[in-house]
Amino acid sequence: MKDMLMIIMAAVLANNYVLVRFLGICPFLGVSKKLDSAMGMSLAVVFVMVLATAATWPIQHLILDPLGIGYMQTTLFILVIAALVQMIEVFMKKSMPALHKSLGIYLPLITTNCAVLGVCVLNIDEGYSFVNSLLNSFGSGVGFLLAMFLFAGVRSKIETNEYPKPFQGVASTLVAASILSLSFMGFSGMIDNIFGGM
Amino acid sequence: MKSGKTSVFLNGFIKENPILVLILGTCPTLALSTQAINGIGMGLCVTLVLMGSNIMISALKRIIPDKVRIPCYIVIISTFVTLIQLLLQAYLPELNKSLGLYIPLIVVNCIILGRAEAFANKNSVFDSMLDGLGMGLSYTVTLTIMAAIRELLGAGTVFGYTVTANLITPMSIFILAPGGFFTYGCLIALMNKLTEGKAKEKRAADKCMGCAAAQLCSQAEEGGAE
Repeated sequence: MKDMLMIIMAAVLANNYVLVRFLGICPFLGVSKKLDSAMGMSLAVVFVMVLATAATWPIQHLILDPLGIGYMQTTLFILVIAALVQMIEVFMKKSMPALHKSLGIYLPLITTNCAVLGVCVLNIDEGYSFVNSLLNSFGSGVGFLLAMFLFAGVRSKIETNEYPKPFQGVASTLVAASILSLSFMGFSGMIDNIFGGM
Repeated sequence: MKSGKTSVFLNGFIKENPILVLILGTCPTLALSTQAINGIGMGLCVTLVLMGSNIMISALKRIIPDKVRIPCYIVIISTFVTLIQLLLQAYLPELNKSLGLYIPLIVVNCIILGRAEAFANKNSVFDSMLDGLGMGLSYTVTLTIMAAIRELLGAGTVFGYTVTANLITPMSIFILAPGGFFTYGCLIALMNKLTEGKAKEKRAADKCMGCAAAQLCSQAEEGGAE
């Protein structure tokens, strides 16, 4: 139980995918201007991350490892993720049109999101069990959501301010992200202290 | 004709610099620019993959059906990434360890898919190779410069050689995550300052134009607004 809690906490805060591990920066910079789109995108990421892990973990352990073709990991994972996203979209359109309307536009974007492939590969590299992998993916997704949520708020403030011309656009966004990332650094010691000392 | 080829090659360095102007492939840029040597290693891996996939996609552009081109590109790209990964594991295990997760993630690096979409599927094999080489090398140079700056400020060394470490206490924040965002932001601002007025059309490229998913991104942005 302690392990599980630690995995989730570490994934959400200390190893935050966007701000500490630098995965999924493109959507973080691209779709964080408005709160609703940032939330829609992040919810879709959480959803796809968990499903992608549920699909890729068995593939690695039941197909690739027994056959000794671990080197096919990258190719197979990215194809599975791409196919999965397509399937989710078709399925959603048919059976959950309301959800499709709010999340549908974000789904194709996620195929090329490195956070999704990243979490699948990391789960294998870290040697997590199936349940722990799912928890880690969920935590990572929630961490992404948290970062997007906070940053959407920061950006709505930035947009209305004036600053030197060369810094307009992406440059100022990155500097703001740096300050947000600074605050997340504070969590890294916290996790070790809470769980390490027990 | 000669100048045409050179401009294809040189395009990537200033006008369409993948890191500072097109803002592509941000994730590995931020994560791996902690040491200059990592910058070179990662840059060369990306260059090789980019050249290989550009040549392959350009050669197969008539065969690949338009509707399923993105999955086809991804398969081609991931093949080259796997090749690089195996080569690194065999010959440069040290580098492989420090680049780690970011090697498989070259597959989803938007520079490569972006160039396939924007250049390789319209141009000849030779031009695509030059484009791949130019883009890749400019990525390498920019990444290495950024990594050298961070290494110098954060650890007082460049390429592992001590430079200022004994004179000034290194500000280790620069090799941590916040320093990455900060250095990147400042470099983009510097690039904007230097090219101001020279390349007006560059303004449009400010919003991840080269990315294959750029259109979807802006759609998503608008979709959320209603």
